[in-house]
Amino acid sequence: MQHTAIADQPAELHDPHSFVTRYIWSQDHKVIAIQYGITAIFVGLVALVLSGLMRLQLGFPDTFDFIDPSAYLQFVTMHGMIMVIYLLTALLLGGFGNYLIPLMIGARDMVFPYLNMLSFWTYLLSVIVLLASFFVPGGPTGAGWTLYPPQAILQGTPGYDWGIILMLISLAIFIVAFTMGGLNYVTTILQARTRGMTLMRMPLTIWGIFTATVLGLLAFPALLVSAIMMLLDKVIGTSFFMPALVSLGESMDYTGGSPILFQHLFWFFGHPEVYIVALPAFGMVSDVIATHARKNIFGYRMMVWAIVAIGGLSFFVWAHHMYVSGMHPAFGFFFATTTLIIAVPTAIKVYNWVLTLWRGNIHLTVPMLFAIGFIFTFTHGGLTGLFLGNVTIDLPLSDTYFVVAHFHMVMGVSPIMVLFAAIYHWFPLISGRKLHEGLGKAHFWFTFLGTYAVYLPMHYLGFLGVPRRYFAMGGSDFIPASAETLNANITIAALIVGLSQLIFLYNVVRTLRRGEPAGHNPWGATSLEWQTPDVPPKHGNWGPELPSVHRWAYDFSVPGAEKDFIPQNQPEKAGGTGT
Amino acid sequence: MSVFRTLGEKPWLTPSGHDAVLTPVDPAAASRTALRFIMAIVGVLFFLFIITFLSRSQYPDFQALAGQPWQPFTDASRLWVNTGLLALASVALQLGLLGARRDRLNLAVAGISAGVFFSIAFLVAQMELWRYLQSLGYYMTGNPANSYFYLLTAVHGLHVMGGLIVLANVVFRVWYDDSVATLSQPLGLCTQYWHFLFAVWLVLFALLTSRAETINTLAALCGF
Repeated sequence: MQHTAIADQPAELHDPHSFVTRYIWSQDHKVIAIQYGITAIFVGLVALVLSGLMRLQLGFPDTFDFIDPSAYLQFVTMHGMIMVIYLLTALLLGGFGNYLIPLMIGARDMVFPYLNMLSFWTYLLSVIVLLASFFVPGGPTGAGWTLYPPQAILQGTPGYDWGIILMLISLAIFIVAFTMGGLNYVTTILQARTRGMTLMRMPLTIWGIFTATVLGLLAFPALLVSAIMMLLDKVIGTSFFMPALVSLGESMDYTGGSPILFQHLFWFFGHPEVYIVALPAFGMVSDVIATHARKNIFGYRMMVWAIVAIGGLSFFVWAHHMYVSGMHPAFGFFFATTTLIIAVPTAIKVYNWVLTLWRGNIHLTVPMLFAIGFIFTFTHGGLTGLFLGNVTIDLPLSDTYFVVAHFHMVMGVSPIMVLFAAIYHWFPLISGRKLHEGLGKAHFWFTFLGTYAVYLPMHYLGFLGVPRRYFAMGGSDFIPASAETLNANITIAALIVGLSQLIFLYNVVRTLRRGEPAGHNPWGATSLEWQTPDVPPKHGNWGPELPSVHRWAYDFSVPGAEKDFIPQNQPEKAGGTGT
Repeated sequence: MSVFRTLGEKPWLTPSGHDAVLTPVDPAAASRTALRFIMAIVGVLFFLFIITFLSRSQYPDFQALAGQPWQPFTDASRLWVNTGLLALASVALQLGLLGARRDRLNLAVAGISAGVFFSIAFLVAQMELWRYLQSLGYYMTGNPANSYFYLLTAVHGLHVMGGLIVLANVVFRVWYDDSVATLSQPLGLCTQYWHFLFAVWLVLFALLTSRAETINTLAALCGF
């Protein structure tokens, strides 16, 4: 591996000399971050369109001929998998992780830039393989994003042939890409911090990304193991997960595998995955809130401990996704208990965000609006999680729209709120221009109110017992006609939210073409990424000399200080505040 | 514990004594850290495979590959030979490392060459073992124990091949830069990786050649 890239010797950097090495085969973490970001947002827009198609069917059944039951299930599956893995994980870690880690810790680049570049291209390959499944015979898999066997690979499930094979191969490739990137993130954070940047002086963004990456590195192998074994079941005919069964009147060759084993493996990955998405979001929102409230983050140490505790506990709660699959009552008790325990550090974080806002000098900028929106949506999703964590309440609610509402609030809308907060917050650094405030506020209100209009009624549908993943509800007696009206309203709201994202895209394009120059450190932030000599930072980030860090990242509104923020690289004067 | 001391720091007090904590960047430390994570990830991967093996072993169609006279690994001599080859690869690389550290180029080259030779021999011998099993009628789909044998040996073999690619890269770079002095650090990491893969193989060897009673006991200990 090339190590010189991070040494304090700019002359030895992997300096790009051509368009190709600068923008395509680039080893610069900032370019790779943007490549990750563009790819993830593109594939996320595909998933957004799929969700719109699903909602059209649910809101206005028997209206759209091109949406048949198979297509509906394929939309559901691809929407879920793309959003969780290929958008959220990739954008939060591959995008923001890549951009922010070296800048926030004062490094010139990742420690293994070549591996970092490979990580992106491998990720792109996984996306291409995934999207290719739309064009193969039978189309993409419609097994649901959990891909449970035996139905995932049996005739009768959409995409049971090529669709599922491409999905499993794509996941395996994605995991290879993530591992290459993840190794870079953790090693860079542990080994390439600049002088004075102790672990406990790192911004919470970095703590969140670091812990989430460790989780990913240890949890993705479970998905890899299950993907490999299911691929062998499908392609070669092994019986790791496939039980002995009769299909269409004929005994199959499978000899008695365990579908439940797959579920355990999947959720051993699947639950930490929630925190792989959530922890970077927790970190980033903390920094946005502190900066735009002009106040130090409340309980910094407690925030770090909570991130680490949540990360550790996330490996001991997976079976709460499997209550309906059946388990020994003692296990049910154990997993319900651990699930409730994990709510403690999570609640601490919510209290600390609110207490940071308390008596802060709150600037209601667009990033701050999205951050406050996140506190609402996350608290909302977290509270419904308490329902589902309890076995006896989960059983009747499982597989209803209550679950759909819960997980969309907690790991769909909430991370997306933070992603938008982060994009509006760091866009001036990335592009040198500030996104338009008015358009941003319109985007926020449409998104925030719109998502509530979508997901709040879904809780009610869940209480009614409306099942998820159904193409049509049929003539079920327990579903009143009002539920259909509600579904139509949800669809209209969802389409409005989807279309309102065009405001954001327009804002980005408009800003890149003729946006207001942001200047240096427009938010008055303290963390290192805003202290680069150039905006946007040039290759190597720091000019001839790396910065030295003299304080934590939250010196806002320090009494006696000249300004209401003191950058991390500002030396401390003897006995003073460093002003 | 330094972890708890670190997490207990009060960064808002701006302790100036900590300002010079890090001197970026020690490439050797970065690579060492990365290798530790790689070994942790690979360890988790095999741990999960083994857990599924133990769980799957408790289903009635599972037939262990050793224990009865007609089962192929009751006589595990072929596997012992393969184990010996991987052990020799590990030892050879260690000798190569010794040569690199003492600036003895001949020993370093001989050690690396022998390490590569024995590693490739191990892979060939593993494939020969596959052919042997197939000649006895133990195909991959015949029984979950067979499936696990082919799967685990393939995944382990792929990790050995990955190691060989990295080792080739190290040797090429040293050759290209014409600098033997820089060899010992990356070679040390490669050697460590080889020892780790050897340890993983020993665990797999023990598991795959265990009798049904032993497997059942292990599974019971894991709660299956």
